[in-house]
Amino acid sequence: MKILTVENLSKSFGGIQANRDISFDVEEGSILGVIGPNGAGKSTLFDLITGFTKADTGKVKFFDKDIFGMSPDKISNLGVGRTFQKLKPFADQTLLENVMIGAFVKEKDIKRARDRALEIIDFVDLIEKRHHFAKELSTGQRKRLEMARAMAIDPKLLLMDEVTGGVDQKTIPGLVELVKKLKKTGVTIITIEHNINIIMEISDNVLALDQGKRIALGEPKEIQNNKQVIDAYLGTFDAA
Amino acid sequence: MDSKLAIAKSEPIWNTNVRVISIIAGLIILLFALPLFGMNSFYLHLFIMIFMHAVMAQSWNVIAGFSGQISLGHGAFFGIGAYATSFFYMEYGVTPWISIFFGMLVSAIFAVLIGIPMLRLSGHYFAIATLLIGISFQVVFQRWDLVGAASGLWVTMTPEDSWSALQFHSSKAPYYYVFLIFFLITFFLVWLLSRSKLGYRLRAVRDDPQAALSLCINVSNYKIIAYVISAIIMAPMGSLFAQYILIIDPDRVFNIEISIIVLLITVLGGIGNVWGPIIGAAILVPISEYSRIYLGGTGGAVDLIFYGLILMIICIFKPNGLISFVPKDILERKKQR
Repeated sequence: MKILTVENLSKSFGGIQANRDISFDVEEGSILGVIGPNGAGKSTLFDLITGFTKADTGKVKFFDKDIFGMSPDKISNLGVGRTFQKLKPFADQTLLENVMIGAFVKEKDIKRARDRALEIIDFVDLIEKRHHFAKELSTGQRKRLEMARAMAIDPKLLLMDEVTGGVDQKTIPGLVELVKKLKKTGVTIITIEHNINIIMEISDNVLALDQGKRIALGEPKEIQNNKQVIDAYLGTFDAA
Repeated sequence: MDSKLAIAKSEPIWNTNVRVISIIAGLIILLFALPLFGMNSFYLHLFIMIFMHAVMAQSWNVIAGFSGQISLGHGAFFGIGAYATSFFYMEYGVTPWISIFFGMLVSAIFAVLIGIPMLRLSGHYFAIATLLIGISFQVVFQRWDLVGAASGLWVTMTPEDSWSALQFHSSKAPYYYVFLIFFLITFFLVWLLSRSKLGYRLRAVRDDPQAALSLCINVSNYKIIAYVISAIIMAPMGSLFAQYILIIDPDRVFNIEISIIVLLITVLGGIGNVWGPIIGAAILVPISEYSRIYLGGTGGAVDLIFYGLILMIICIFKPNGLISFVPKDILERKKQR
């Protein structure tokens, strides 16, 4: 079943066409990797799908529901979670409080929201840091915080903007494992990723963008050998 | 792994520090007992002003400290409260105990009307807009004949002390208890609010509106809710103040100074913290009252210089307010390293 269908989505900021006629769909339970050079329109695409930016034209369907033009809080309420490229933790609140704010969507009672938040914090392996303020956590831990917070709203679709961006090499494998573990829970994932090895490893399908346009969509192997993708993004990448 | 989760789940949601609870309970009993020891009317007045300003600052704390919107026109709700009780008592003989609720209702309605367009503005623009709205209330009431225009309202005095008219001429002690009870109720409710789902969501809106949106929180609605709650807290203080001094006029109850003082008290005590406004009021109000006594009319602005100095020192050394002097282990849970 298609969880997300995007048709001819376009957005321009002034004279710059950030997204141009982008179409793709996502199968429930799969991982779609989104790649492209800086400025290709990846984050804009996330903002358009999640309602943070209003698209000019196009269609966005979540299952059978038209979510084009809906406000971000309504879209998240339907079960679309997201993380941000520039991390947005509630800095002056503890990790537990951060996740509880998400958990309140599903649990009205404070004790049950707390317990739910703790289970998710345990899932992302930060249980010992639960009473730390978000500002005290490392970047890698804050990435986990954002994932946990988004998971707390019990999303069916999770959009993750650069899970491994800005963290050191040692931290990356743990985050990748976490994404795989997440997939096993049944949640559908769309992830923006610059690390090409990771995207090939975790994705079921890959969407490649360049200058706001879709240049390729397919299984990782096809993408890796796609001439347009190599020219635009992979450059001298040697598919050895 | 499981055991760590189990331990975490077995923790109480809130720290209950017996020492802190007994100190607070002791202070409350002391506050109730104080007038019995024959406090003179100056000290009664001093405490009444502390209670009143603490609640006013708490009102501002809800919108600014909890939801992150800086309002510079909060005096408007104080004035609405003051006029509501005085006007309905004088014109229709309605007891202040009922018209206090009119004041809250009218303030809430204005908070919605102001909030819907203004809270869409972000950051400084909301502050500027509320500043102008606060001033415009004063201007309107200065020219509104029905409510006495610039000369204001002189509340009809009862011949004797009267609980139904909320007027006491022989002693300030009844006022002391009325203000004390409003003060305790307000702080208890705001304390509950800060620990509720609503409190969590307001702090999310304050810390990062975008992240809040991604967590199903309708940011504009929550800002309006905070603004309405804040207005509802402020209005009764205007009502009680009008009953306390019995002469109100636009220059006094819609004064811009009211909007500024609630900000100063909260920032001094600790913005965003339930206890901040109490600490701030307990320090700033005596400074203001004593400087008024010792310096009289000529030194009327000296307290403002004090405020300025204190505020600068606070901003530089303790940006989280005096509350940050309270030991960390009382405020926060022990961390595991």
